[in-house]
Amino acid sequence: MNFKDKRYIVLFLAPTVILLFAFLLYPLLQSVYYSFTDWYNFSNEKTFIGLDNYKQLIEDPVVGIALRNTLILTLGAIVLQAGGGLALALLTDSVKRGFKFFRTVFFFPIVISGTAIGLMFSIIYNYDYGLLNAIMRTFGIPEQVWLTENSSIYLVLIPILWQYVGFYFVIFLTGMSKIPEDIYESAQLDGITGLQKAFKITIPLLRDVIASCLTLATAGALKVFDVVYIVTKGGPMNSSELLSTYMYDKAFNGQNVGYASTIVITMMLLGVMITVLLNKAVKKDTISY
Amino acid sequence: MSTLAGTLGIKPSRRSYTSKVFIYALLIAWSCTTILPLIWVLLNSFKSSEEILTNAFGLPEAYRFINYVKLNEYGNINMMKGFLNSLIISGSVVLGVAFVAGLASFVLSRFQFVGKQLFHVLFVVCMLLPQFAVIIPNFIIIKELGLNGTYLSVILPQIAGNLSFAIIMMTGFMSSLPAELEEAAVVDGASIMKIYYRIIIPLCIPIFSTVSIMIFLWSYNELLMPLVYLPIRDMQPISVLLSLVSNAYGTDYGAMMAAIAISILPLLVLYMISQETVIKGLTAGAVKG
Repeated sequence: MNFKDKRYIVLFLAPTVILLFAFLLYPLLQSVYYSFTDWYNFSNEKTFIGLDNYKQLIEDPVVGIALRNTLILTLGAIVLQAGGGLALALLTDSVKRGFKFFRTVFFFPIVISGTAIGLMFSIIYNYDYGLLNAIMRTFGIPEQVWLTENSSIYLVLIPILWQYVGFYFVIFLTGMSKIPEDIYESAQLDGITGLQKAFKITIPLLRDVIASCLTLATAGALKVFDVVYIVTKGGPMNSSELLSTYMYDKAFNGQNVGYASTIVITMMLLGVMITVLLNKAVKKDTISY
Repeated sequence: MSTLAGTLGIKPSRRSYTSKVFIYALLIAWSCTTILPLIWVLLNSFKSSEEILTNAFGLPEAYRFINYVKLNEYGNINMMKGFLNSLIISGSVVLGVAFVAGLASFVLSRFQFVGKQLFHVLFVVCMLLPQFAVIIPNFIIIKELGLNGTYLSVILPQIAGNLSFAIIMMTGFMSSLPAELEEAAVVDGASIMKIYYRIIIPLCIPIFSTVSIMIFLWSYNELLMPLVYLPIRDMQPISVLLSLVSNAYGTDYGAMMAAIAISILPLLVLYMISQETVIKGLTAGAVKG
């Protein structure tokens, strides 16, 4: 059906267009503008300072820490989240029973908020009441302070990785279900073993899925906020800071909102850059069966 | 593949039996990492803090709901009020998105006009735009619109943030619907409004419910936006209250566990009744910013 009445087109699209421009596109331009200003605590005074914020950003040691942490998160996401998801999917695919149960259980953490998971893990790491120290006590090992400057980023990495393994698991499992059975059947006649099956057939055929998972894992690492905010607030001593938590701190704790906007723009540029690079690196010539 | 192997009379060897056991052991072990922390939280939510310290793993001495009763009023944090606020906010976001996105999708899938392609580009860009990109300017926009201190200060930006995803999903669904019913309705002289409400909406119930479940989940779990835009304690949703719990409750870990458990409960129920939708929707919506 093809309607052409212009009045309805305008009337029905207007709310969408207004909302998108008012709360997404216009503010995006504002963010770019703010990133060139000195602006403290949302006051009425903004001073245009050109690229000074960007210069400060390059020299800021905390930004260096945040970038290093983001890199750790990204690598962790690619190797352990996507890799773990792939491993679990291969395992589940090779057994007949329990597929539904495993999928239900593995996916559930994704439904829970980062806030609840963060709170849960901050209790797990707690000195007096935490699960880890309770385990230590049972084995007679002295209790430990878990969240230190050296360990903090890895300890916040654990809940984030744990939460999303099930996501990649489902994506890979869906990809595997699309591989036709007869490929495996002919391989089985040739006497292929389970491991060979995984590495010689399944993984090569899943290349496209793996490529999109890499992009998702990297983009996802840049968006992390909740868990880190709850477990460490970026501390101790900025050691687990991410660009998102640092931006929050700068913007909403009475500091330079202009500088916070600079961090925002940097995060966006990084996101776009990584996505473009990854898409170039993994050339997509689609596999047809 | 196993069917063919079976008909050819290839018997599973002893080696494949032990590897099966090994695979199940791994899969069950990973399931435990999901299930055990949740059970640990649930069990400890019935204990007092002293009991958590002395008996970290075991069953509670008695199933007392004292920790849950406490949630009703803990300093100025009222979890039950938080639930109500979450319901008001997320409910409004879901209804708002369904209403606005429904109209827009109807136009995009059924009307012919110049520049339609441009709208598709707009929605993809807006969907990929991460929410932190606009969190600072929207703070000012909300103030200028006189919305600060109202529920609308988080509802409107959340509607805008979820619109593009909803429109992309709904337009795809509506375009695939056959047009015969509408053609017949036009012949009978039905107005466009009537076609939308009497024909399109009833046919689109499945996609409306999928999109609504997803958006409810995202909105319920959203932390950053209400944390920044809703400073009034009585109006804050459950996610923000949960982020305050570890400071406000001091060492009352039993109550903290109860707070986590009760915030997860609605998600668990939603997941149990609409698991397929949730899994499909969350994997489809992974690219959302």
